[in-house]
Amino acid sequence: MSERSETMERTEGAPARTAATAFEQAKAEGRAALVGYLPAGFPSYEGAITAAKTMVEAGCDVIEIGLPYTDPLMDGPTIQDAVHQALTGGIRVADVFRTVEAVAATGARTLVMTYWNPVDHYGVDAFARDLASAGGSGLITPDLTPEEAEPWLAASDACDLDRVFLVALSSTDERLAKITSLCRGFVYAASLMGVTGARTAVDTGAAHLVERTRKAMTQGSPLPVGLGLGVSNGEQAAEVAGFADGVIVGSAFIRRLLDAPSPEAGIDAVRRLTAELAEGVRR
Amino acid sequence: MTIDAARSLPDLTGHFGRFGGRFAPEALMAALDELTTAYETAMADSAFRAELDHLLATYAGRPSLLTEAKRFGAEAGGARILLKREDLNHTGSHKINNVLGQALLTRRMGKTRIIAETGAGQHGVATATAAALLGLECVVYMGEVDTVRQALNVARMRMLGAEVVPVTTGSRTLKDACNEAFRDWVATVDDTHYCIGSVMGPHPFPMMVRDFQRIIGVEARAQVLELTGRLPDAVVACVGGGSNAIGAFHAFVPDEGVRLYGFEAGGSGVESGKHAATLAGGSLGVIHGMRTYLLQDEDGQTLETHSVSAGLDYPGVGPEHSWLHDTGRATYEAVTDAEAMDAFALLCRTEGIIPAIESAHALAGALRVGRELGPDATIVVCLSGRGDKDMHTAAEWFGLVEGEGPAGA
Repeated sequence: MSERSETMERTEGAPARTAATAFEQAKAEGRAALVGYLPAGFPSYEGAITAAKTMVEAGCDVIEIGLPYTDPLMDGPTIQDAVHQALTGGIRVADVFRTVEAVAATGARTLVMTYWNPVDHYGVDAFARDLASAGGSGLITPDLTPEEAEPWLAASDACDLDRVFLVALSSTDERLAKITSLCRGFVYAASLMGVTGARTAVDTGAAHLVERTRKAMTQGSPLPVGLGLGVSNGEQAAEVAGFADGVIVGSAFIRRLLDAPSPEAGIDAVRRLTAELAEGVRR
Repeated sequence: MTIDAARSLPDLTGHFGRFGGRFAPEALMAALDELTTAYETAMADSAFRAELDHLLATYAGRPSLLTEAKRFGAEAGGARILLKREDLNHTGSHKINNVLGQALLTRRMGKTRIIAETGAGQHGVATATAAALLGLECVVYMGEVDTVRQALNVARMRMLGAEVVPVTTGSRTLKDACNEAFRDWVATVDDTHYCIGSVMGPHPFPMMVRDFQRIIGVEARAQVLELTGRLPDAVVACVGGGSNAIGAFHAFVPDEGVRLYGFEAGGSGVESGKHAATLAGGSLGVIHGMRTYLLQDEDGQTLETHSVSAGLDYPGVGPEHSWLHDTGRATYEAVTDAEAMDAFALLCRTEGIIPAIESAHALAGALRVGRELGPDATIVVCLSGRGDKDMHTAAEWFGLVEGEGPAGA
């Protein structure tokens, strides 16, 4: 996989490790990018690294490493269980950076998805610096909107990092314009009103949200739009790939690991799911 | 501090100095904006205010009494202790003041469902009550630990037609009930209002809940002036999220001669690590949509809290309290479980009033403040709730049940 990063052309003016290049490469191949999420420390410190590397090998273009947090109020039961297991296992913020380092070494763009307090408490500048040293591409911040993001805007500029804010079905056009103008790397569209978790059907509002988000980006070159919350199989991945630049999958990977009778079986199941999703985004 | 400075907070984006703000998922931003606008237009609408005032007077039972506690005061250094009797409100606590306001707003916004978090169950009972009154569907999230220690309130909420959902994640107390209520709200925001029960959460909640609760201090200030001809020397309240305390303090903030004291849950003692004294033992951070002091570890993970009082068992505190703490306008101290339970018993025996265990923290604080200020002092204590719900805990603590020895005394 290391060849992949070497073949990536750096977009002018964009951060060196930006996730945007992974989306561009997928687009050049005539498909959507596949983005996989997994919390650090789940099912164990080593297990998370192995699972994330497997996801890269089997076809994920971008990896989001979740920073386990005691109060994940945007997450449903599946991610809550995984995060609880990671915290009970003693995962620390320093371990999250080490996990990012190991995964980013594969060449896949690797971001951290985190609630704001752990970053705030670590110190925004220090967090940005240490994430950049670990080879991370940037942060996805589900409970930080541009209104409160000033220190992070400065730190991400200083350290050349992606900053991925979320847009939602309820976002007004005015907010879409503001949020997308401050995003870097890609825009994370939360396709359902609700917490994370696999859904049986892709919400019908999703395509409309992606369309509205693209329209809101009137300045400069538009960022890719990744769609998340709910995708669990190849069929849904293909459907989302029909209108979004990236398909984001989280809970479905975790479910495979939670349900597996052994760590090895969990990795196998993750590999099979990744392959199915990767096939889906190529239909 | 000038009167203007105190009255102008928060700023337009919900900040009390460096505290407060809005750290919430984008999915809630539209609803928070809608709520802010609805609240501001409602408060400028004399018909809305008249309806709220009417309910407060004819349903909640306001104004609440100011009761002089002479025998209790004799134990508090001889200070003149005046109890602001929020325990006499309908549903038995100050929570109804806020809930009636938010329930009317819910209806005004055209929403048909109201959800709430609750610790001791007082806010849940108040919300279930207002929902029944206005014909709203009601769901209350309550930590599983609290559903056990406050079982009576669970039965009350169900009797009133609310669905009570025991929360089994995390520490299974108030913080986790808040998480679960936020999760519900993100998915149901189109037809649902999240009626936050304290001066916490993302803007506009800390401001709005304060405004609905400030009637406590407005009434108390007039009542004390009427009774004594002067302002009190101190106002004392318990602080969990801090709504009864902000309600009691706010009208007095510009009165520089009036000391404001907030008493947090010290559990087994702040030094033991088993407590919920956020301002005594916390650090700056972000929780439940606001920047404030909170109890967290070196990685910014929320610490588990401990208190005999379910209503104070919370790792954060309303942002305006953090601001009052930083500016030095109010003083915050911790009261241990044992001190609170002693004060609980003392009020029962000296005044014939059974307080909520939450309010007993304020009473313990009043004993401390009274002994410090002496017999010439007049102290207003916010008696935020009544203690019927706490009989099980008290009976265990004091060994009042046949065949069971005292658990904590």
